[in-house]
Amino acid sequence: MSKKKAYSPNRWSLADSFKAFIPGNDVFPTMRARNARHGILFILPFIIGFLVFMIRPLILSLIMSFSRVTLVPGEGFSMTPVGVTNYNKAFTADPYFSQYLVEEIGRMAVNSLATLVMSFVIAVILNQNFKGRTLARVIFFLPVILSSGVLPGIESQNEFYNMMAGMTESVSNGSGVNISASLQDLLSVSGIGSGVFSVLFDMIDAIYDIVMASGIQIIVFLSGLQAISPSLYEAANVEGCSAWEAFWKITFPMVSPLLLVNTIYTIIDFFMKNDNRVMERINTLFYEKFDFGGASAMNWIYFAVAILFILISSLIITVGVQYYED
Amino acid sequence: MKIKKSQAAAQTPVKGRDKKYAFKMKAKKYSVSIIRAALLFGLCFMIIQPMILRFATSIMVETDLYDSTIVLLPRNVTLDNYRIVAELTDLKTVNGAWTFRSLWNTLWISLLVSVCQIIACTLVGYGFARYDFPFKKFWFACVILLIIVPPQTIQTSLIVHFATFDILGIIKLIAGHPLNLRGSVLPYVLMSLTCMGLKDGLYIYMLRQYFRGIPKSLEEAAYVDGCSTLRTFCEIMLPDAVPTIASCFLFSFVWQWTDLFYSRNFLSSYSLYSTQLSGIISRMGMYFNAGRDSAQVVPNARQQQLVFVGVLICCIPLIILYCFTQRTFVESIAMSGSKE
Repeated sequence: MSKKKAYSPNRWSLADSFKAFIPGNDVFPTMRARNARHGILFILPFIIGFLVFMIRPLILSLIMSFSRVTLVPGEGFSMTPVGVTNYNKAFTADPYFSQYLVEEIGRMAVNSLATLVMSFVIAVILNQNFKGRTLARVIFFLPVILSSGVLPGIESQNEFYNMMAGMTESVSNGSGVNISASLQDLLSVSGIGSGVFSVLFDMIDAIYDIVMASGIQIIVFLSGLQAISPSLYEAANVEGCSAWEAFWKITFPMVSPLLLVNTIYTIIDFFMKNDNRVMERINTLFYEKFDFGGASAMNWIYFAVAILFILISSLIITVGVQYYED
Repeated sequence: MKIKKSQAAAQTPVKGRDKKYAFKMKAKKYSVSIIRAALLFGLCFMIIQPMILRFATSIMVETDLYDSTIVLLPRNVTLDNYRIVAELTDLKTVNGAWTFRSLWNTLWISLLVSVCQIIACTLVGYGFARYDFPFKKFWFACVILLIIVPPQTIQTSLIVHFATFDILGIIKLIAGHPLNLRGSVLPYVLMSLTCMGLKDGLYIYMLRQYFRGIPKSLEEAAYVDGCSTLRTFCEIMLPDAVPTIASCFLFSFVWQWTDLFYSRNFLSSYSLYSTQLSGIISRMGMYFNAGRDSAQVVPNARQQQLVFVGVLICCIPLIILYCFTQRTFVESIAMSGSKE
């Protein structure tokens, strides 16, 4: 074993990785170099695509965000560098951008947390044995279709829809027929901090959005739950472990590695939704005002915020979650 | 729990305690299933109800919309709304011929694109799962980056990129000027073939996870028997992976079908259903004011009704597809994914 390890170390040294692709040296004819060549061949489409359709546009877009872009008929466009003006404009001159950004980030933080909890609870339920489980699963994955692409944004475009939504809100605030509103009133009178409740009730009011956004997350959690061997639960049962304890000591730790994947997916999904107002604002700037520089700058701000969020949440999760080797 | 308690009961034969325990367990079981049923019913209803409402609204006559006594069951059933929306979304020409142009375009483009995507992603996923090559971690980090970067960030420059398309100046050398690829389906197919399409990072990740779970001995046996790498992949790995690949394909097809972002940016010269649907409200005004001198505003409820019809036309093919393939959607994803 140790001999084999000396022959093929786990890491590729820089010299070896070049030697593996150039015939006529001692590394080239080895099995390991052959595997490396085949591996690179397999992922070649990705490498080409990443360099041509990702890195280049990404750099171009970064340059655009620092320059004024003017359209030249026939040739495309010309760029003149203007420094951070576009970024300044996005924050100070644009009447909506910073407001929308703050609002959407707040909404995202609350909704993605709620989506994760919700999808985990639903996945646990759908993993149990009961009559009509298949039907329930079919219905819960339906949002994967119903909330994709053009569909969620199209209805809120309509003024009537927004008007109706506003009316229901004002009616429920006024007369108290709305159960969640009256409960909220009741609880806020009781003297416990009203800020906590307002977040909670925002979640409850947004439950439709949350359920519609949690299709994929349920599938991912469910896959994790099904991978847990039943013998673990049997052993716990024999040892006198209650279902509640088993949930926290077996189910949760076993599924928690998937928490990271799901968190990242949820955040990104939320950031790229069509009905997101920041996205709408950027699109207006892009398609209607042809302010490419400004749109790029806003895109980069938005992207930076998304990355920041993903980093923070992955940090929290990796610190808080135990990983089990299989 | 049951075994332990019944053993204890066998040692101390107290009948009352046994009965009490059995009752307690039964009550627990029933209350759990009742709560579960209520919760599931509520949530399922919440998902299904808007679809039912949309369907009911879509077959109503306009006057039914303003009648407050009508909630779900229409008094007068009509298919007129579908006819109007068909005309608005390019399913039917103005002279009344049903061409289904936008749906047909959506169908073949979605099929083409998702086939390209899945072929590329399967290869890449397999490469990442099975081979050890230099800078593997770096390239996999790039896959993660691909998942994270919103396509909106690069939309501006991608469009410009395709308007003056060139690979390292080669095309300019041959043809004298860079190619303008905007308006053709080619750029998008190229992107799909190189894993840069809609949510391709996710498919690569899913397929990689699946291939990692297959025992390595299968390939080793094939190698010992003198099977080439490509043949091992095609004849040994692929048949096993069909369910996962199929589910990735279905996801890709469905998301491509409803996609607005890539359709608007790269396929704008084709009449696709999703782009038609996104502009339906603005076209409604033109449609209803076509033969009139003074412009009239289309009533909001009517607008909403027609939007519902449009959404339904978009969803129905997908829901039918989903009903037939839900096993693939649900089961095979549930099989892959968590092997890490």
